[in-house]
Amino acid sequence: MARYRVETACLLAPAVLFLLLLFVVPLARLFSLAFTDEGGVFATFGVLAESEVYRRVMLNTFVVALAVTLITVLLAWPVAYALSRLKGFWFALALYGVLFPFWISVLVRTFSWMILLERNGPINRLLQGLGVTDQPLALLFNDTGVMIGMVHVLLPYAIMPLYAAMARVDRRLLLASDGLGAGLLDTFARVYFPLVLPGLLGGATFVFLLSLGFFITPALLGGANAITLSMLIASFVTDRLAWSLAAAGSLVLLLVVLALLAVAARLLPLDKGMFAR
Amino acid sequence: MTPGAVQQSGLSLRFAGAAKSYGDVEALKPTDLTIAAGEFLTLLGPSGSGKTTLLNLAAGYQEPSAGRIFIGARDVTHLPARHRNIGMVFQNYALFPHMSVVDNVAYGLKVRRLARSEIARRVEAVLRLVHLEGYGQRGVQQLSGGQQQRVALARALVIEPDVLLMDEPLGALDKQLRRSVQLELRRLHEEHRRTTIYVTHDQEEALVLSDRVAVMRDGRIEQVGSAGDLYDRPVNAFVAGFIGESNLLPARVTAIAGGQAQAEVDVLGRSLTAAVAPGLQPGQPAALLIRPEHVLVGEEPGVTAEVAEIVYLGELTALNLRLESGATLWARRITSHDLRRGTRVTIGWKQEHARIVPT
Ligand SMILES: Nc1ncnc2c1ncn2[C@@H]1O[C@H](COP(=O)(O)OP(=O)(O)OP(=O)(O)O)[C@@H](O)[C@H]1O
Ligand SMILES: [Mg+2]
Repeated sequence: MARYRVETACLLAPAVLFLLLLFVVPLARLFSLAFTDEGGVFATFGVLAESEVYRRVMLNTFVVALAVTLITVLLAWPVAYALSRLKGFWFALALYGVLFPFWISVLVRTFSWMILLERNGPINRLLQGLGVTDQPLALLFNDTGVMIGMVHVLLPYAIMPLYAAMARVDRRLLLASDGLGAGLLDTFARVYFPLVLPGLLGGATFVFLLSLGFFITPALLGGANAITLSMLIASFVTDRLAWSLAAAGSLVLLLVVLALLAVAARLLPLDKGMFAR
Repeated sequence: MTPGAVQQSGLSLRFAGAAKSYGDVEALKPTDLTIAAGEFLTLLGPSGSGKTTLLNLAAGYQEPSAGRIFIGARDVTHLPARHRNIGMVFQNYALFPHMSVVDNVAYGLKVRRLARSEIARRVEAVLRLVHLEGYGQRGVQQLSGGQQQRVALARALVIEPDVLLMDEPLGALDKQLRRSVQLELRRLHEEHRRTTIYVTHDQEEALVLSDRVAVMRDGRIEQVGSAGDLYDRPVNAFVAGFIGESNLLPARVTAIAGGQAQAEVDVLGRSLTAAVAPGLQPGQPAALLIRPEHVLVGEEPGVTAEVAEIVYLGELTALNLRLESGATLWARRITSHDLRRGTRVTIGWKQEHARIVPT
């Protein structure tokens, strides 16, 4: 028994050391900066709390993240369902379609969106050509552009867990429900949806957390009109050299995220059914 | 209800030329079969013989590629499962993993929008029926195999189905548990007389449970009848081999008259007369069927044989007997220790115990 414990410790040691040195230590160092302001230990937090800009950006970030999560999940549902029903060649094709964007850097994809969404870009020209609008729409350098870009990048993160949950649903359960007299809506609401829910919540949580910290896409597609928290933190460092403010902002974001996760884990059946056969 | 009166619930079920194919595979060839109201019919057959297909057609999970299906007087050929009022017990139970025992059982009543008090009453009654009182709040994954089986049964019974369909419901249970659940199922059937089709691989189970047994092979019902019918009067060598033990010796039928066949049995080196399965024509490939318990050892005059192997089965002993032609026969008799390997004996059988069947 004791020997196994030593062996386990030895086997785990490289990974633990690696994480400790490259992740935990720098993070702790960064956060410690938050308490080093000359105005006092908690002075930076006071500055943040009083800053109108900081509050507005914080709120905007969460609203955008929520909207992105909602849109992503809605778009991911039909794709995941199609994936779960396709077989053979068509399945492989669809799966590559979903995963293909991972092979292209986020930067390249974001620049592509800039070209597509431009004032005189192809999308605006198409909309005008179709007579949907006479004025070019403002699709870039605002929340719309940010959301379009983020949804595109984050879609696979919602599709994959959702697909996994859907593929795991035993067809015989649906037959059983049908045989017991349930209509399609009942079968969906009482059997299919509850069984898929853990995958849906997993994907949604993933997307939400990633979009809270997103930097490249909002920075390029949103610009100065749609500032998110990560951009603000970056500007604390690069424009104002205010490391303690940046550290405090990061710490607050992390704590808010952890608190949300704790609440989510409490309220939502994240693990229930996820690992059940 | 007067004591002792048998309550009959359920409707008859009729297949009229019903067939199902998947591309080139004929999973079920055109089949005519009627299950009377209140009857318990077992489908017995090897893997891939079309048992599940037949059940799925009855349930409405699949539509037949030809023919019609009736429940009672109603033509249900194209009626979806949810409108058929059938109770189905799947081989792996297919219990809803995210629901408790009570919610699983209540499911069919909830989707019928019954009053809550009515649902509670019926669920409680059916849980008592399958001896699961006190398990209601458990998750179904915290139950043993036998308990899950009973939840599946309760879920199917609670909707008071017109027809109950069970696809190898005891397949996952160990032998002892199977035995006790079999007796339970029989008790339930005797009390409620619900029209039932039951699928199994296990001939013993079929004999314990059913009014009639249908033996299937390659998508066709080879024979339907009571257990005694199938055992005593199998229509062919396949059915004979599937129900009970059998000795089948190749035979050449030379003449048939009045239900009796004249046949040459080369491995016995003689010609004999025996009852013949209906439909057999002279010249068709056939076999002489004798059940091991009907082989009499020490019969005079008889065929000479040598004891090749002795297998003790407790109160019975199985003897493997080698004929002079080299062919072998099994005999079963009450255990006694007068024979050993190599002993030469003469064997025979009563004429009424021999039967000629097509192979
Ligand atoms: N969906 C399907 N597509 C193609 N062929 C099928 C399908 N379902 C069943 N079959 C074929 O139909 C035949 C009968 O299958 P069925 O499931 O009815 O057999 P079974 O008697 O229930 O066997 P088992 O005892 O193994 O359950 C088999 O040859 C099977 O391969
Ligand atoms: Mg089957």
